Amino acid sequence: MDLTRLPGFLAARLAKAAVVILAIVVCNFLLIHAAPGDPASVIAGQSGAADERFLAQLREQFGLDRPLHVQLWIYLKGVLTLDLGFSHRQQLPVWTLIQARLPATLLLTGTAFVFAIVTGVTLGALAARRVGRWADSLITVIALTFYATPLFWIGLMLVLVFSVWLEWLPSFGMSSVGVELHGMAVVLDVAQHLLLPALTLGLFYLAVYARLTRATMLEVADQDFVKTARAKGVPEGRVLRAHVLRNAMLPVITFAGIQAGQLVGGAILVETVFAWPGIGRLAFDALLARDYAVLLGVFFCTSVMVVAFNLVTDLLYAVVDPRVEAVG
Amino acid sequence: MAFSRRGLMAAAGAPVLMRVADALAQGIQPRRGGILQTILTPEPPILQLGVNNQGPTLVAASKMFQSLLTFSPTLEPIPVLAKSWEVSGDGREYVFRLQDNVKFHDGTPMTADDVIFSIMRFHMELAPRARAIFQMIDSATAPDPLTVRLTLKQPFQPFLLMFEVTACCIVSKRLFDGQDFRTAPTVQRPVGTGPFRFVEWQRGNFVRLERFEEYWKPGQPYLDGIIYRIVPDSQSRRLAIETGQVQMTQANDIEPFDVPGLRQRPNLTVETKGWEYFSPLSWMEINHRVAPLGDPRVRRAMSMAIDRNFITNRLWFGVGKPATNPIASTTRFHDTAVKIAGHDVRTANQLLDAAGLRPNAQGIRATLKHIPLPYGEIWTRLSEYLRQSMRQIGIQLEMESVDAGSWARRIGNWEYETSVNFVYQYGDPTLGVERTYVSSNIQRVTFTNTGGYANPRVDELFLAARSAADATERQRAFTDAQKILVEEVPQIWLTELAFPTIHDKKLNNVITTGVGVHTSFDDVFLAG
Repeated sequence: MDLTRLPGFLAARLAKAAVVILAIVVCNFLLIHAAPGDPASVIAGQSGAADERFLAQLREQFGLDRPLHVQLWIYLKGVLTLDLGFSHRQQLPVWTLIQARLPATLLLTGTAFVFAIVTGVTLGALAARRVGRWADSLITVIALTFYATPLFWIGLMLVLVFSVWLEWLPSFGMSSVGVELHGMAVVLDVAQHLLLPALTLGLFYLAVYARLTRATMLEVADQDFVKTARAKGVPEGRVLRAHVLRNAMLPVITFAGIQAGQLVGGAILVETVFAWPGIGRLAFDALLARDYAVLLGVFFCTSVMVVAFNLVTDLLYAVVDPRVEAVG
Repeated sequence: MAFSRRGLMAAAGAPVLMRVADALAQGIQPRRGGILQTILTPEPPILQLGVNNQGPTLVAASKMFQSLLTFSPTLEPIPVLAKSWEVSGDGREYVFRLQDNVKFHDGTPMTADDVIFSIMRFHMELAPRARAIFQMIDSATAPDPLTVRLTLKQPFQPFLLMFEVTACCIVSKRLFDGQDFRTAPTVQRPVGTGPFRFVEWQRGNFVRLERFEEYWKPGQPYLDGIIYRIVPDSQSRRLAIETGQVQMTQANDIEPFDVPGLRQRPNLTVETKGWEYFSPLSWMEINHRVAPLGDPRVRRAMSMAIDRNFITNRLWFGVGKPATNPIASTTRFHDTAVKIAGHDVRTANQLLDAAGLRPNAQGIRATLKHIPLPYGEIWTRLSEYLRQSMRQIGIQLEMESVDAGSWARRIGNWEYETSVNFVYQYGDPTLGVERTYVSSNIQRVTFTNTGGYANPRVDELFLAARSAADATERQRAFTDAQKILVEEVPQIWLTELAFPTIHDKKLNNVITTGVGVHTSFDDVFLAG
């Protein structure tokens, strides 16, 4: 990679990213406000009693009595100074709420991500190596099954087997509450809680990576430079690792980039089934309660992640395949 | 130890004594210790009562806050922070004597000042329900630090019912005075007088409450703490109670169709009592402004097309019972003799013929839009049943699915034709029934007379019942109102709802009053 061109590339991409994110913020803001209902009417609808003064008080407190363009302007000013606003419904700054939930989500999605890539690529490579034999068929069938099964169903079945029948693992939550744990016991406790949701979330992606790796490896394996390598007498293991796998990695990286962008918001279902206190549920609850500021805040974080990971993916291409140049 | 506790119980009030006595009679000694793990769903936005009064808030916050009274299943007052009270002969003056040695969780003593502040300023400013009633208070004084005297502008018989924790919890004046009540710092760390104090709330995860060591009932509470886990998925909640990861579920935690399965578990108890104070009544919500729903014959026919026994037995699996009139049977002044017409499809069809609503070639008399209540799977099933039963009388319901935000907005703005709703009655028709039927309460807000029903005679009767000081006089007015309402069917009442409280058999004294899981749990204990 030509390092002298990197700063220019980065500057151009960051400028574009800023424009994209700003546009996303405006679009999100308008879309959310177009949904029927507002936070005040939701609270009134769930409080069992209300009067017009109650609604007016809430709307004034939430700033909903101002014209939409004024609300948008206030919000944009906030975002530009990295202030994501205030959730009047919960009486807390949005960033505080997001910050509290971000680690849980990153732990879950990060674990699932790593698990999916490592296992998926390994299985895919294995299948490609034994193409047409029973190991290949087995891996393909397993991958297809996970790919085709809805996430929540896999989750429920895992719970049924490991929590209800075998009683090995807890069925919900992120840690044991109400017991004193220290040191390694805490890590173990969280790991126990993490296993089922991470597995559930990871299995789908695992299937994708396995299929992708297998297909591209088979494609690459047919190419001339692989034959040349074999003809030169390069050992088979090295041919697979250095010549085939490395070249087969590009589509995998593309897909991993997309998945990484969804690390923050992509686990709503799994978080719901396993009562995992993550950010996907924060967004979902905020949507139901019309907690605009929180929802916009989560969207903002998600879009930043997507843009950032796209950038990282592009840079990785250049690292993995020197023929690809980082050009803005 | 047990002996002195019984002595103290007697001071606290006879009903409490009976509860502990019941436990003793079963050979179970109240036992100190243990943490109760339970569920809270959906997660409340704020745990300060008054600032937020949503269902889950009431469940958790009632362990941290208390009011002057609570109520038995037959709605008799039970002393809590008020150890005794007197009502003057003309029904205008109420004097409450407060318990001594009551402390807030920050260690400061609770006095008459806090009580008056809570009533006259805190709830008056924040809570629509309290505001409507407390406006009748002419003066609130504290002759001494442990006595509160309230004088009303006019007699108001259901007044005492307002001093229940879900309606009027006592807050610390020191922590709120001079601040915006909604944004005061204490709202994030609630401070009450209850047996459990707030420790920690990890959002999306759990709320942890701990035994308050300086609680005013010596030796209580028995539990060391209560943990409310936030579990958003109903099947996960069912698994949590089934596998013993939690020891109790309440309110909407468990879908009614999961209840029969849990009844089979030998270690679990399913109770449906404890909702008498709230007595939620469900109905098919009707917008009278939409033709042909303004015609009482049409509404009566629709009501007759519904088999309420089917709803209670097959949809709710025996939790709750069929509604018989606009006042739930557990609410005061319910007249058992006044009943809506029973399930009769043939007569219903004749009524519609008589109303001039003839079927077209496809057998359809009218097509109406219907918004299911977006509070869980069971309500969707109910709406599907309603669609089926309406089809029998040639009325076609077209479903429009919306989420909670849209539902509240559309009902509040009268932008609906039919829907489903349920409303709490708060023990007395003046508090929780009147609001749906009087024309003075036709407002663009949920839980008012959103249907737009207006009958001057009904207005008169509810007004008479509201202002009469005498219970027999009120009964007369309410009976007359019930008679008119069952004829005109302004809303099509379906069932008297109850919610299952499912708990481990080791957990004792869970449901002992008419507010059920909304009591303070100071006498709840885990045996063995």
